[in-house]
Amino acid sequence: MAQHEWPLWEVFIRSKQGLEHKHCGSLHAADAAQAIRMARDVYTRRQEGVSIWVVPSTAITASDPDEKAEMFDPMADKIYRHPTFYELPDEVKHM
Amino acid sequence: MYTQAIDVPGKDSKPERAQGPQSPEEARFDAKLADDQKVEPRDWMPEPYRKTLVRQISQHAHSEIVGMLPEGNWISRAPSLKRKTILLAKVQDEGGHGLYLYAAAETLGVSRDQMIEALHSGKAKYSSIFNYPTLTWADIGVIGWLVDGAAIMNQIPLCRCSYGPYARAMIRICKEESFHMRQGYDALLAMMRGTTAQRSMVQEAVNRWWWPVLMMFGPHDRDSQHSGQAMKWGIKRISNDDLRQKFVDATVPQAELLGVKLPDPALKWNAERGHYDFGAIDWDEFWRVVNGDGPCNRERLATRVRAYEEGRWVREAALAYAAKQRARETKQAA
Repeated sequence: MAQHEWPLWEVFIRSKQGLEHKHCGSLHAADAAQAIRMARDVYTRRQEGVSIWVVPSTAITASDPDEKAEMFDPMADKIYRHPTFYELPDEVKHM
Repeated sequence: MYTQAIDVPGKDSKPERAQGPQSPEEARFDAKLADDQKVEPRDWMPEPYRKTLVRQISQHAHSEIVGMLPEGNWISRAPSLKRKTILLAKVQDEGGHGLYLYAAAETLGVSRDQMIEALHSGKAKYSSIFNYPTLTWADIGVIGWLVDGAAIMNQIPLCRCSYGPYARAMIRICKEESFHMRQGYDALLAMMRGTTAQRSMVQEAVNRWWWPVLMMFGPHDRDSQHSGQAMKWGIKRISNDDLRQKFVDATVPQAELLGVKLPDPALKWNAERGHYDFGAIDWDEFWRVVNGDGPCNRERLATRVRAYEEGRWVREAALAYAAKQRARETKQAA
């Protein structure tokens, strides 16, 4: 018996006007419109959102966890990118 | 709702632990867990860790879904519109909890179809508590108070589980679970303020549910074959017996306030231990229910399978409609 699962969608919710959409989970739906409707029922039952994005899970390209070191470690020794690297005289007060 | 079956072995399961010398990946993985870091879906993980999580999360998901049945039984017979809307919202939450958990399990490379097949064929377990019947309206209140109360005890430590998607699902679930418990206690309080018949209905429901609820925490630590490894992996944080004790200690004062008696003559405060002592659990009953011979096992599973089969045409029609819409868009674009 052939099983046909509905495709998987990733759901992003904007919790409040002015804030970004944030990933909150995933669900199966036949198409985008249905994914939005189901996301509403599943992820915003208590007014958790004012806007929903759905993205087919297959459309997401992710960085490789095995390359985490090569990807992100080069930033570890660039402390001059942070404001706290610079020690200014007290007279400057707020900067 | 809840999860003891998580700790119950499947038919083919052996205690899972790493064999032979450690690989460098394994050493890195162990170091990560020792450092209390989370494991995410595409990170390397030992196969037994993945298998244990798939079993536990999928059984947890099945429990949420099957858990809708005993309560669904009372939606059309709730005593007032207020109680009916509350119960509808609660049962809808349970469906949502099942979905969060299935989605978390799917990140481990198992498909929704595979999990549903495992449930329907009887290969996968779900919490034994849902194999008991809901005979009166008081049972619905008791499920909220005791069953969901036990579930919360169990689930709060799971919010710190080492597997990221499971921990995140549990945080969401725990937030909603508190409503479930409070609405149950509230329904019982209303009945206890009612007639003598209502009060005895509550007492009878408590009598029937108390022991099965204590069983929800799973076998004694000494008999729990997966516990040690699950603790080491950060999948389980507190032992079955410790959670059970915590639950009893929290529940006794709530029962007193409600005005019901917990059906255990051995239940009494032990000043020396700083805990309540309680009587022996009938583990024969527990294993009977886990292994398929509880009062409602066959009915529950048959209802799930029927619902799934009767919904098949809807799932297929939605896919066919989506395919047709896509074809129409492609044609218009051309």
